[in-house]
Amino acid sequence: MQDMPKPDAILAAVIDFLRDRALPEVSGRTAFDLRVSINALELVARQIALTPASDAAEHARLTALLGQDGTIEALNARLADQIRAGALTPASPGLIAHLIETTREKLAVDQPKYAAYRRLDEKNQGRA
Amino acid sequence: MSEAVRAALSALAPRLAPGTTGLAGCRRLSGGASQETWLFELAAEGESRRFILRRAPDVQWQSDLAAGLGTEAALMRLAGAAGVPSPAVVHILAPGDGLGEGFVMSFVAGETLGQKIVRDPAFAEARPGLAGQCGRILAAIHRLDAGGVAGLRLKTNRAKVDALAEAVAGFRERRPVFELALRWLAGHVPADPARPALVHGDFRNGNLIVGPEGVRAVLDWELAHLGDPREDLGWIAVNSWRFGAIDLPVGGFGTREALYAAYAAAGGAPVDAAAVRFFEVLGTLRWGVICAGNADQLDLAAANAVERCIIGRRASETELDLLNLLREAA
Repeated sequence: MQDMPKPDAILAAVIDFLRDRALPEVSGRTAFDLRVSINALELVARQIALTPASDAAEHARLTALLGQDGTIEALNARLADQIRAGALTPASPGLIAHLIETTREKLAVDQPKYAAYRRLDEKNQGRA
Repeated sequence: MSEAVRAALSALAPRLAPGTTGLAGCRRLSGGASQETWLFELAAEGESRRFILRRAPDVQWQSDLAAGLGTEAALMRLAGAAGVPSPAVVHILAPGDGLGEGFVMSFVAGETLGQKIVRDPAFAEARPGLAGQCGRILAAIHRLDAGGVAGLRLKTNRAKVDALAEAVAGFRERRPVFELALRWLAGHVPADPARPALVHGDFRNGNLIVGPEGVRAVLDWELAHLGDPREDLGWIAVNSWRFGAIDLPVGGFGTREALYAAYAAAGGAPVDAAAVRFFEVLGTLRWGVICAGNADQLDLAAANAVERCIIGRRASETELDLLNLLREAA
């Protein structure tokens, strides 16, 4: 077991330093690259926080949908193959719901400010 | 690199603007691996004039998809002469110019950032008219006779789907949503037009120079080709070019109805909305494939590696857009 602090705490400290102290000190292309780098670190922080739960949920859905077990990569490849072959179509029970939920989980990490994601999220909350 | 460009532009200056006393400024604006864009200013007696240089320093880097810079310049001249708002092409680079392949055009002031065009109060009066303007401009582009322009490829609708399928099949990472979109596209290919039209190929918010009164110039003819003109009508509605204003499908500033009505009124063929929807799905997948390609062939040592990581992770945006489109189409 590794010692404290945990990765999420270290990342948060690095992000705060870069955004609040380093970014105001630089300009031009460096400032642009630094801002992109901060965005990238924030994405990684969200991934660390969110993916253990979302990967488990995705794995459970894939297992149910395909009727078989395997790694999440192998199951996704299998799903892609079946769609390509036409064995699974938008009419197949659970397929579209699975893909929307998986994509929603990706966007929660990749780009939670994306307008179409925010709208989907609002709809989900309205239903809950 | 910058010094070599400055020297070459200084030598070229008298031919671009007679009476020039020198190069007053020069900076690189942007550009990918294959193409560079430079803004430079020539001082002359009592005035100065700004120009844009678009060049490929090393022609071997040219993408297979690109029409080529000479073709781009020829198309801009053709479009400008037909009344399409366009920068004036003032010089096509010759080998002796020492700047590689490309051309020099007049600088057109205005905004190209989609985000600002969609949100900034400076464009509040322009926005309601932009979709109609785009319709009229596209009708004019699709009417152009590009028979005399070398380097334009003919692309059938089926070939466009096949090219995306090939790209998706080449990715190391499997994407079930891309596969679903490809299946749908393969089953809904519209018939090719009897006579292929000139297709701009990248007509969207972000490639237009806009002023407070409306569109001032159409840019980036890099992906121009001959084919189905409805591709341009679908591409401008792709969600990625709405910059958050998702309820205004055309560029985040207008409705499809306004675009189609102006297009037909300006002499464009009557619009088959279902066929355009095919091209909106095709365009969304195309942008997704471009994003995913950034991550699939990532060189971590490249100067723009972080940017490419982030662009790669934007492929999921197009997956959500594709799922929404396919649900609507069902």
